[in-house]
Amino acid sequence: MTRFITSSFSHLILLIGILIMVVPVWMIFASSTHTSSMINMNGLQMFLGDSFYENYLRVLLYQGGFFKEITALKMFFNSFIMATGVAILSVVTSLMAAYALVYYRIKHATLLFWIIFITILVPLELRIFPTYSVMAELNLVNSYFGLIVPISASAIATLFFRQFYKTVPDELLESAKLDGANTWRFFVDFLIPLSKTMIVAMLIFMFVFGYNQYLWPLLVTTSEQYWTVVMGLKMMSGSIVHRFAFVMMSMVPPILIIIVLQKHFIKGVFQDK
Amino acid sequence: MSFLDLKNVTKIYPNGTKAVHETSLSVDEGEFMVFVGPSGCGKSTLLRMVAGLEDITEGDINLDGKLMNEVDPSERDVAMVFQNYALYPHMNVYNNLAYGLKNRGIDKETIEQKVNDAAKLLQISDYLQRKPSMLSGGQRQRVAMGRAIVRNPKIFLFDEPLSNLDAKLRIQMRLEIKKLQQKVGVTSIFVTHDQVEAMTLADRLAVINNGIIEQLGTPIEIYDNPESLFVAGFIGSPQMNFLNGNLTNKTLSAEGFEIKDINSDFEGEVTLGIRPEHLSQTENGLINLKVDLVEQLGSDNLVYGQLKDKKDFCYRCPGNQTIEKGANLSLNIENNKYYIFDKSTGKRVN
Ligand SMILES: Nc1ncnc2c1ncn2[C@@H]1O[C@H](COP(=O)(O)OP(=O)(O)OP(=O)(O)O)[C@@H](O)[C@H]1O
Ligand SMILES: [Mg+2]
Repeated sequence: MTRFITSSFSHLILLIGILIMVVPVWMIFASSTHTSSMINMNGLQMFLGDSFYENYLRVLLYQGGFFKEITALKMFFNSFIMATGVAILSVVTSLMAAYALVYYRIKHATLLFWIIFITILVPLELRIFPTYSVMAELNLVNSYFGLIVPISASAIATLFFRQFYKTVPDELLESAKLDGANTWRFFVDFLIPLSKTMIVAMLIFMFVFGYNQYLWPLLVTTSEQYWTVVMGLKMMSGSIVHRFAFVMMSMVPPILIIIVLQKHFIKGVFQDK
Repeated sequence: MSFLDLKNVTKIYPNGTKAVHETSLSVDEGEFMVFVGPSGCGKSTLLRMVAGLEDITEGDINLDGKLMNEVDPSERDVAMVFQNYALYPHMNVYNNLAYGLKNRGIDKETIEQKVNDAAKLLQISDYLQRKPSMLSGGQRQRVAMGRAIVRNPKIFLFDEPLSNLDAKLRIQMRLEIKKLQQKVGVTSIFVTHDQVEAMTLADRLAVINNGIIEQLGTPIEIYDNPESLFVAGFIGSPQMNFLNGNLTNKTLSAEGFEIKDINSDFEGEVTLGIRPEHLSQTENGLINLKVDLVEQLGSDNLVYGQLKDKKDFCYRCPGNQTIEKGANLSLNIENNKYYIFDKSTGKRVN
């Protein structure tokens, strides 16, 4: 009996938590399917209206910005490129950095690693002007390259991969060597498949990180052509329902990525066992 | 020059540990060589230098007429079976076996042929699609063997491959390894600290102690003629009995008895070694043993007891003799099979 009470109680708390998180999102979604006059007169709505297609299509295709030359669709494209670029580039560089740190006979590898690690304590905002001026000198302002590269060195991912590599038994490397694998083959045929789960987790993490960037894209783009979704959230003008629709759509890509990659993630976890 | 030739090989680890001292050794083609010795004596180090997994501090290693010192392990064409097998956990058994062949650029059909042949030889054909985590210890052991065999390397290296198996399986795999090696005919080096394994597998045996080969020879040579106290104590089970004594004028006086006409001119303090199985009961024998404990193994009895001076002593007799605890036995050494070692250097003197 007491067990029933405690478990109902904890479920109740969880339910309340979920409601607190989900209800506002639902209200925005429900409101975004009404007309703006409806919202202006009656406030936020709890139930769906019938302007879904109209509102969402308009937002996607509307030429926004000061110069009216960017659509939400283009912003999604930009954000996708940026987030994917950041995810892939940071995972690849971290994998390789960790590989070098653990498997090559680098002098002071541990010291080097801690120097890399310390950069976690230095947020982008702190180095944003020097980084900007480097990008400006290199003529990379207003380019995908400029959006992606400066935020694609991830100390956290390097840390995770390094710790993982350290748990891989030496005999595996030795055995692979005797089987004729060179350093590159060992990396590709062993470390990458063995860290598949972690790679997927890091891809998700870094995708969301890249997708959520605001300050850096704001600084490094002057052309509206390079606006990202998160910038658009701030910059978009238009009626309230259109903004709501935009907010709703802005949540889709990260959720989609998690759903798509989660399958591999879980599969990886179970296969390793 | 023989097939594998080690010349004055020394290994000093970066932290200063001297694991192998100026060791020289030759292994003939097709020979089964076993390194045996206590833990930490440098067996693995020596083996790993042959494989190329450890740098050689000094000396030369030649394999099949080529100097190997600077050759990368991937180019040496040697195969090694590790104690924990080191199977590739993310590949199925087939790919575990095929991986080394793929890296050598062999075409698909040949690989398939070779993997299937090796799998058949080792009776693992049914598991080819399984991951190593889905195999039993014995099956993993076979896969590890298969991975070595399939490449048809110049030399097999085994680093205590049986020590993770239970006693029964160990004996079975021991037999299989020996049979397999005879069938395939590949030169092999097998490292173990189990002297029974060493005796049963070896064509020749290297008894290693503190980074030095103490004695090299066939198992029987080493059993019959141990050249040092260490080898005498290490080979043979139960262990050889050691008694203190004094050798003067070809007469050995141990505590409680004397042996005359000893074939040695050595004078001074010695250790007398007698194997438990080289004793027999007689009346008025040399040695008087007061029995403390009898272990009945069925075929044999191991009789443990003490001599007059409370020294522990072991006697092995046929299993059909009944010996009671507390009995007093009178024993003789059969056929003068005793060993005398210089007490200070441990070298054999008779
Ligand atoms: N990487 C290393 N760095 C420093 N010393 C080492 C290293 N590897 C081994 N040693 C030392 O070298 C000596 C020989 O080690 P080795 O592994 O060859 O022993 P072993 O005969 O194989 O022992 P075991 O039967 O326990 O496997 C030991 O004293 C060991 O402590
Ligand atoms: Mg060892």
